[in-house]
Amino acid sequence: MFLNMGPAHPAMHGIIKLKLELDGETVVGSDVEIGYLHRGFEKTCENRTYTQVVPYADRLNYVSPLINEVGYCLTVEKLFGLKVTVRAQYIRVLMSEVSRITDHLTSVGASAMELGAVSAFLYMIKAREFLYDLIENVTGARIMPNYVRIGGLKSDLPEGFEESARAAIKEVRQILAEVHGLLTRNRIFVDRLSGLGVISAEDAVSHGFTGPCLRSTGVGYDVRKAEPYLVYDRLDFDIPVGETGDNYDRYLVRMEEMEQSLRLIEQCLAQMPQGAYQVDLDGQEMTPDQVIEEMKLKPELEPIRDARIPLSPDLEGTEKRNVQGVVVQDRAVVFPPKEDTYGNIEGLMQHFKLVMYGHGIRPPKGEVYQAVEGGNGELGFYLVSDGTDMPFRLRCRGPCFHLMSGLSGMIEGQTVADVVPTFGSINMIGGELDR
Amino acid sequence: MSQPPLALSEALDKLAEELGPRFVRRDSLRGELTVVVSADAWFEACRSLKEDLAFDMLTDLTVVDLTPPEKSPRFELVVHLYSIQRNYRIRLKASVARRKPEAASLTSLWKNANWLEREAWDMFGIRFGGHPDMRRILLYSEFEGHALRKDYPLRKRQPLVTERDVDEPDSMSSEPIRYPAEPRFKSFGV
Repeated sequence: MFLNMGPAHPAMHGIIKLKLELDGETVVGSDVEIGYLHRGFEKTCENRTYTQVVPYADRLNYVSPLINEVGYCLTVEKLFGLKVTVRAQYIRVLMSEVSRITDHLTSVGASAMELGAVSAFLYMIKAREFLYDLIENVTGARIMPNYVRIGGLKSDLPEGFEESARAAIKEVRQILAEVHGLLTRNRIFVDRLSGLGVISAEDAVSHGFTGPCLRSTGVGYDVRKAEPYLVYDRLDFDIPVGETGDNYDRYLVRMEEMEQSLRLIEQCLAQMPQGAYQVDLDGQEMTPDQVIEEMKLKPELEPIRDARIPLSPDLEGTEKRNVQGVVVQDRAVVFPPKEDTYGNIEGLMQHFKLVMYGHGIRPPKGEVYQAVEGGNGELGFYLVSDGTDMPFRLRCRGPCFHLMSGLSGMIEGQTVADVVPTFGSINMIGGELDR
Repeated sequence: MSQPPLALSEALDKLAEELGPRFVRRDSLRGELTVVVSADAWFEACRSLKEDLAFDMLTDLTVVDLTPPEKSPRFELVVHLYSIQRNYRIRLKASVARRKPEAASLTSLWKNANWLEREAWDMFGIRFGGHPDMRRILLYSEFEGHALRKDYPLRKRQPLVTERDVDEPDSMSSEPIRYPAEPRFKSFGV
């Protein structure tokens, strides 16, 4: 029999179509059809300034958006040869790890729910909500934070963050222990997972598997250890690896990684120094207030401040001369405080100069590749710059794409019912798969 | 990793010797090692990197549309390779001609090359010789043009696709779908 599973199927979270060729209940052939969430991320980014790309990066892996932002901003900073302040690095690591936990919670919770363990799913979503509250507290948004900036961060951590973070960690730990009790030794759950969806280490590497799916096969590759970025080399954490590469190992690896991420968050809280969280393009520390202060000192701004602009009836041509006269902090990538953007000419100009077409920052010509460890594995950005204000080419290496290319081999020879947990354990995220 | 490891550096010397004039250049900028070969040495260079230098993982394969003036090669094929055993990366590039963009397929070396090359075909229209299944992957088969080429406008509209016939067998199974001769459910007529 020939069966279409998806694109709209309750177990195909995200949209994807599996064409299955069945012999009785056994899958004998399969074809994975992707692209239902393709929205031209790479094409869009070629037509946006460097600053405008950050919110698009959020939407790649939408259950761990902060890791995408960190990855993108690190790539642009690598092109500039920029190093952010130590405090900003710690905050980035901290927020990445919070995101990683929300990613794993969603993945494990959703695949448990598909096997009927709805209560475990609800527990995990409850835990995720504690972390989303934490993210909202810092960034102002739960899911699409748009928090990381080239050269630093949008803002510092809020007051009382450490206490709320520790409280959230405590809650999450407790919930994880409960879920362990519900699932890890649960006969039904283990029977549905163990020995299924097996992939050998050799195949996994050949398919470009990374992240928990690769580590479940026993290969301990993790970008955070292999090529430590930010301050991962100062932190102490373990890379859990599985043995057999089946669904149960992937579950265990994710559960253990969440514990390791909680450890990382605790270490970040303990080690984080005080200091600035933004640098300018020279790598000098700079605060948003400083941008405004320095701009106010510029004599060139006087005529603009008092300018009376004769408006032509069609509003065309009059503003061009004035735009050319605008002088801002050339070396700054620092956004002014929101009050200044809305409240005075210096703030407005600085903001526009960073964001608008034709005005944004211009990295030197060249190409860089930067990888970070995303929720699903190695998330890489390959950026080619031609020296203008827009990326010439921005390629996103989404881990899901490679994982899905190996799915056929993992489901063939098994029953249709086992497609669901195997697919769930891969944790397909449409945003980064289809870009 | 500012300088490439010595072993890698020596091995690349060997590769350059083997390929001769088809080895274009190598450089190491921002700690990233880049090797450029000519298009006809594409497969050979990749195989040598995989087998002799233990680059066991194809991290990424993509294309850059350089849109240079006429005559010079337009596309640049880029792969990023990573060696899990020895923990180093390399970027390999080759220029592909404008007229008939084509390169050898890497599917026999790495399994994910299959999908990555389908994506390169889909987005840039580059053919990979020896690829078993050269279909579009992210876009649909009726899509006109190749979306990531620089001459494809950002907001270009595509023609509407006519409805596909459900009786048409899908690409995977060559046998037509057999409907039961007798209606099984009277009320639904199926």
